[in-house]
Amino acid sequence: MSHIAPIERTGPGPGTLGLKKPWRFTAPTVLPGFSLTFGYTLVYLSLIVLFPLSVLVWRASGLGFGGLYAVATEPRVAAGLRTTFSISLAAAAIDVVFGLIVAWVLTRYEFPGRRFLDAVVDLPFALPTAVAGISLASLYAPNGLFGAPLAALGIKVAFTRLGILVALIFVGLPFIVRTVQPIIGELEVELEEASATLGATRAQTVWRVLLPPLAPALLTGFAMAFARAVGEYGSVIFIAGNIAYVSEIAPLLIVVKLEQYDYAGATGIATIMLAISFGALLAINLIQAWSRRRFGHV
Amino acid sequence: MSEATPARSHTNVRTEAPATRLTLILVAVVFLALFLLAPLGVVFTQALQKGFGAFAKALADDDAVAAIKLTLLVAAIAVPVNLLFGLAASWSIAKFSFPGKSLLITLIDLPFSVSPVVSGLVYVLVFGSQGVFGDWLAAHDIEIIFAVPGIVLATIFVTFPFIARELIPLMQEQGTVEEEAALTLGASGFHTFVAVTLPNIKWGLLYGLLLCNARAMGEFGAVSVVSGHIRGLTNTIPLQVEILYNEYNSVAAFALAALLASLALVTLGLKTFLEWRHADALTGRARRRH
Amino acid sequence: MPTLSRDALAAATDSAHGFGIRIEGVEQDFGSYPALRDVSLDIAPGELVALLGPSGSGKTTLLRVIAGLNTPDRGAVYFGDEHATNLSVQERRVGFVFQNYALFKHMTVADNIAFGLKARPRRSRPSRVAIYQRVTELLELVQLEGLGERYPAQLSGGQRQRVALARALAIEPRVLLLDEPFGALDARVRKDLRRWLREIHKKTGLTTVFVTHDQDEAMELADRVVVLNQGRIEQVGPPEELYDHPASPFVISFVGEAVALPVKVVDGHVEFGGRELHVDTHGLRDGAARVFFRPADIAIGGQGVGDLEGRVESLRRTAGGVRATIAIDGYDQTLEIDSALSSGAKLGGRIPLSFSNARIFPSDPISDSEFKEAGDGI
Repeated sequence: MSHIAPIERTGPGPGTLGLKKPWRFTAPTVLPGFSLTFGYTLVYLSLIVLFPLSVLVWRASGLGFGGLYAVATEPRVAAGLRTTFSISLAAAAIDVVFGLIVAWVLTRYEFPGRRFLDAVVDLPFALPTAVAGISLASLYAPNGLFGAPLAALGIKVAFTRLGILVALIFVGLPFIVRTVQPIIGELEVELEEASATLGATRAQTVWRVLLPPLAPALLTGFAMAFARAVGEYGSVIFIAGNIAYVSEIAPLLIVVKLEQYDYAGATGIATIMLAISFGALLAINLIQAWSRRRFGHV
Repeated sequence: MSEATPARSHTNVRTEAPATRLTLILVAVVFLALFLLAPLGVVFTQALQKGFGAFAKALADDDAVAAIKLTLLVAAIAVPVNLLFGLAASWSIAKFSFPGKSLLITLIDLPFSVSPVVSGLVYVLVFGSQGVFGDWLAAHDIEIIFAVPGIVLATIFVTFPFIARELIPLMQEQGTVEEEAALTLGASGFHTFVAVTLPNIKWGLLYGLLLCNARAMGEFGAVSVVSGHIRGLTNTIPLQVEILYNEYNSVAAFALAALLASLALVTLGLKTFLEWRHADALTGRARRRH
Repeated sequence: MPTLSRDALAAATDSAHGFGIRIEGVEQDFGSYPALRDVSLDIAPGELVALLGPSGSGKTTLLRVIAGLNTPDRGAVYFGDEHATNLSVQERRVGFVFQNYALFKHMTVADNIAFGLKARPRRSRPSRVAIYQRVTELLELVQLEGLGERYPAQLSGGQRQRVALARALAIEPRVLLLDEPFGALDARVRKDLRRWLREIHKKTGLTTVFVTHDQDEAMELADRVVVLNQGRIEQVGPPEELYDHPASPFVISFVGEAVALPVKVVDGHVEFGGRELHVDTHGLRDGAARVFFRPADIAIGGQGVGDLEGRVESLRRTAGGVRATIAIDGYDQTLEIDSALSSGAKLGGRIPLSFSNARIFPSDPISDSEFKEAGDGI
């Protein structure tokens, strides 16, 4: 990688008499180590991430569009994809509502235990998914702490789609809270005061002045929670019951296909899920770019 | 020269009516208690439902010990490898400017947006019996999938961005002035890094290490796909938890789960402490983390 | 800046016939820190008043009390004859312009200006057409015609300031309150906006109160200046009165520069470094005191109320004469004095000095420390 060496040699090398500026990859700097660290970054990234993912894409292109369509429309797969996407959307939407309330309460109000609750929000990030999975399953099982009273009311959670929803709400919550919280903190005090001096009631201030600036962050959090929910596996499979056509999620179907040595089927489902994840990622970037352009900040 | 305005406890312009406030706090508390705290509590109560003896016995089981050892081994490889990458990536990205930087950051982030199961799958497609290198590996009698190397690779993949993501914004924020000063004072590049850069990023680095380690030890989906679930050989703690749970060995499953949950609690505790004591040394608290 | 359209102004000031503001014995504590101490003030209808003081003097707190953003612990606020202390911010109908404008970033300029009208309850809300007309008039008034569809992020600092003002005027406020209105702008824009604010005030006739820490701004703009220090009003008066008859050591040193000589009063005579200064003590009790005068009021030689002696530390030629840096005997700071060429000042030489317009205040330890803080704040 000598051709991208960032450090200009001292002394008049050939062609440095101001006739032509030699093209350089990096802006001039005196700091050393670019070639080494940049090269290492690229090589390692390629080996660990890019190459394996491109193998997946290559395998999928082998299937062709028709092959992908065939996989996606296989009744069991189609049911799984529908389950995953619809429940992921619902969970992300529920997380937006409660995540906003949690973020608001944690940022705006002082009350005993606030710091503790703030730390608790990160639990789904830190708790291994399998642990969350078995504990949710045992909580909501018909004889569980929550499952028993709910069963008495005729509500079955574990081993149904409702169980999947509960698990996906669990994994998605911190995305909303942690995306919105700093924006709530940055809302200028004066905005609320200005709104009040202009005669707005508190409710009008909240709806027209405080919530709109939070919308981009809420949308971003929603997209993140959704993307995470689509790919979630560990915390769902224990509580879902995994009944074909009813409560099977798409990631589980990949595992099932692999167990049947149906690599093409697994690749097809994975490709569709990747496309959805990247769609969500793209949406996040667009939201942020739009919000930066519009409001001069994110 | 704005006037430092002290707490304005006298005005009610900026907050909701007490009843509304109380309701919102209650909603938040109940929601967090039901959805986050209850699952955490259940792990420990289930683990100890038959007493501490049963709990300890479950952990001393041969397969459990093997799973713990394997998990430690995997983390001991994956975390340092990603640490090295994180330092290299953040140095080259944060301290230099070059075209395509944001694309590179997006690519580093990729593993975050890939389902754990898909992460495992891509390695099966590369190293599995029908994979790209399948025949070659079989001919040379090398096992990667359904063996420890596959588990390590999948774990490296899913924990790949953690440290780099923590360090890049932190280093960008700090700029290059201090490093340049050190160089003008005659320090070598390596000495500059150790004596100037590292102390400035140590808390962010520690934080990234914690997150990376917690995920490495707790990863389930990716590892599940490449492991083959061979007891005593290729089961990490989360996989062992799954097997025990599916065998209705609840105490043993939750005993191992409690181990992981404790690790999560320690991670959260340290994170909270770091944010409390060294808030200024960490940055971008709102970024996404998986 | 071009002159304002009369129609636009008429529209902007429909109901603004100037309410007077009366403040009676207002006190406010923030914890143990008293922000306002027994503040009483009468502001006449249509008056333009500046609240001047250093950081922490309570000037912004007082403005917020008038607006209803702070509720005082004691005391009362009246708008005209109406007792306003217990009116909520919303009910007070004050036009408040915040220091950093507090524009709603997610709304266009037009939506920002229309906000207060649209927030009214349905029965008193103007029609959409009426709101649109009013916004157009106000945009014209603040000379931002055609920028209604822009977002605040797309405006310059001066333009944002004018949007904030238009937004405050849109609700037909009873009084106009501005917190450090020019604080965030650079010097050029500041000068333009000052002139322009004065023009708007003259034509709208709104009772206007603004907060500033900049004495030039206060003196140039205001009909009357209220000098605040440590939560108390030190003096209220028109600019010339503050210059000519400062009521306290704080005022004399905060409003313009001042020389403060530490003196002793003995039997009604003022002593400084063993000399007598001819300053009227107005019956001041014997003891330590300070004599204040402006640097402009001291001259080399000549006849004044007091005479001093100093040493010429340095001497520079100026266009019309010389500028001498002089160390006064018994005073720890040097002074720069402009003088004629013929004044006889020589480098290192001793020289007689005289000053006029001096004022004397007793020096008690507390007010001395306040004076020092104020001096640091300039």
